[in-house]
Amino acid sequence: MNILNLVKIAITALLRNKGRSFLTMLGIIIGIASVIMMVSLGRSSTQNVRGEFSSMGSNMIMIMPARQMRGGVNMGNSSSKSLDMKDLKSLENNTKYVAHVSPTVGSSAQLVFGANNHPGSLTGVAPCYIDIRKYEMAEGIMFTEEHLKRYAKVCVIGQTVVENLFTNGEDPVGQTIRCGSVPMKVIGVLASKGGNGMGQDQDDIVLVPYTTIQTRFASANGRTSFNMLFASATREEDSELAATEITYILRSNHGIKEGQEDDFDIRTQEEILTAMSSVTKVLTMLLTAIAAISLIVGGIGIMNIMYVTVTERTKEIGLRMAIGAKSKDVLLQFLSESVILSLIGGLIGIIFGVLLSYVLLSLVLHWPMVISQGAIGISFLVCAATGVFFGWYPAKKAANLDPIVALRYE
Amino acid sequence: MKEIIEIKDLHRTFRVGSEDVHALDGITFTIYEGEFVSIMGTSGSGKSTLLNILGCLDTPTSGEYIINGISVNLLNKNQLSTLRNRQIGFVFQNYNLLARTTALDNVQLPLMYNHEVSAKERRERAVAALEAVKLADRMNHMPNQLSGGQQQRVAIARALVNDPVIILADEATGNLDTRTSYEIMTLFQDLHSKGKTIAFVTHEPDIATFTTRTIKLRDGHVVLDEKIDQQSAAVALAEYEKNIQNTAI
Ligand SMILES: Nc1ncnc2c1ncn2[C@@H]1O[C@H](COP(=O)(O)OP(=O)(O)OP(=O)(O)O)[C@@H](O)[C@H]1O
Ligand SMILES: [Mg+2]
Repeated sequence: MNILNLVKIAITALLRNKGRSFLTMLGIIIGIASVIMMVSLGRSSTQNVRGEFSSMGSNMIMIMPARQMRGGVNMGNSSSKSLDMKDLKSLENNTKYVAHVSPTVGSSAQLVFGANNHPGSLTGVAPCYIDIRKYEMAEGIMFTEEHLKRYAKVCVIGQTVVENLFTNGEDPVGQTIRCGSVPMKVIGVLASKGGNGMGQDQDDIVLVPYTTIQTRFASANGRTSFNMLFASATREEDSELAATEITYILRSNHGIKEGQEDDFDIRTQEEILTAMSSVTKVLTMLLTAIAAISLIVGGIGIMNIMYVTVTERTKEIGLRMAIGAKSKDVLLQFLSESVILSLIGGLIGIIFGVLLSYVLLSLVLHWPMVISQGAIGISFLVCAATGVFFGWYPAKKAANLDPIVALRYE
Repeated sequence: MKEIIEIKDLHRTFRVGSEDVHALDGITFTIYEGEFVSIMGTSGSGKSTLLNILGCLDTPTSGEYIINGISVNLLNKNQLSTLRNRQIGFVFQNYNLLARTTALDNVQLPLMYNHEVSAKERRERAVAALEAVKLADRMNHMPNQLSGGQQQRVAIARALVNDPVIILADEATGNLDTRTSYEIMTLFQDLHSKGKTIAFVTHEPDIATFTTRTIKLRDGHVVLDEKIDQQSAAVALAEYEKNIQNTAI
């Protein structure tokens, strides 16, 4: 019996029990659809995080004081004052792979404009901060080295701040807002950047010359140290080199001897991203494994129904053998039935999986639509394998029937 | 004359629990080409067991069986399948047609397991076989759209389609009324007159009179093996219909 005839017989047999065939397929359909969905979801979320995260900066390197431990108690990094002006200057002047360095000094203050107010987080930075963090100017200008020297009371604000303070559509540039008790002139507005992939709004920001923060804000008054240093490598490939360079300089600045630990933490953008994606990866794998279990349940459904089919058609099997069907012919007949059953189920599952992924990703979550061709290909192979694996025993049972006994079966 | 079937001292023993049932207990005979043999005997005498062995569905416990010059004892399972497919035509008491499958497809079935026959030839031969049983006009009917007699004729067409060296029928008229039985026997006689060799199991003596030779079994032994005067089934059918008409008047 050739393949074409086998397929024809199998499809005819399946069509005779449409309802039953469909219910049997349902397990496979659900299994495959959920595997496809989980894989798409995982990939999409990784891409989404990657996309948002890369908006955080270009070849960015973050340097922060190390958490200091005293007797096992984490004192937080604010208690250490290990990054200062000297570090900043040597990183600016003595590096080869570092393009920009900006310190950050934070302070929070209530922002007031007219009748509006908004709790603001002031970030004291150097002008190159916007290059490191990939901010674009929407309006006005970024402050300059000149402003830095004069401790100028100027600021550049993000879109969220604009929305909260300038509710009547005033042009923010040129206006003066009050930050706590300090009046500050808005000289620029940043273009919107959205979230950073870690749930932070990158537009809720007030950039101020770091010298201004250090001198004019009570909470930071007199502080000569920085919360963090942000640097950017000259090229993406140089991130590691830049990090090494920075480590070397800071260690020598801080007089750390060989064998002693750094008193600062240094992270490249890539490292943070990898750490973040690994969580999604584990989650995706877990969900996919659960989906795969439903595929196995679907396979068991096929096996069950194939046993029923073989029993129902015992007489037919006996007849086929009597007129010349070999065991192999009978085996292949039932095997093709189960394989076709699971392949059709798989096909429907793939269609549903892609459709549902589209609805979920594009319409609900607004994440990038990623359909993994690999997952589709593998799903198809898994279906074929499921059909063979779970169809094997029932088909073998049919093939091993004694034609005389089978013919007599009622 | 050419020997189609030769069996020598054939035994078939079934083990039931701790007891041996000797269904066939030393059977020897030869069937020649062109013979129409009826195999008779009471229930349990071993007729079906014998026919299963002749049809290569079962293998003897001991003894020799040669069909068309091939020694069956030497063949493996696959070879037996091929032998059944090429050399034997089966007709069963309960027709054994595939449900929801047209008469034509039912008749084609044996040729589906023969790689040497193309799809075109398969169809042509099936149509010819249906013509031979006078059912060409019912080709596309399903079994449940056919009468018992018509179903049995489809089954006979299926047995003919591979041009077997022998047709084996086990109580082929067992499920049919007298009239239809005579019609089927007329058909068998027709095939026989065209040169077919037929072995026909029955326990109805009047059906046996339509054959040319009777082999009678009892408890697994041949107790009678004789040539008989063949009666015409067509004549018997005509007489039967006349009687029916007379009783109706
Ligand atoms: N598979 C089997 N297992 C055990 N005993 C069997 C088996 N098949 C047949 N027999 C026994 O062999 C003997 C012959 O059985 P067989 O079916 O050949 O009789 P038969 O002549 O065809 O009878 P009937 O006219 O009722 O069909 C019986 O005693 C039966 O019980
Ligand atoms: Mg019998």
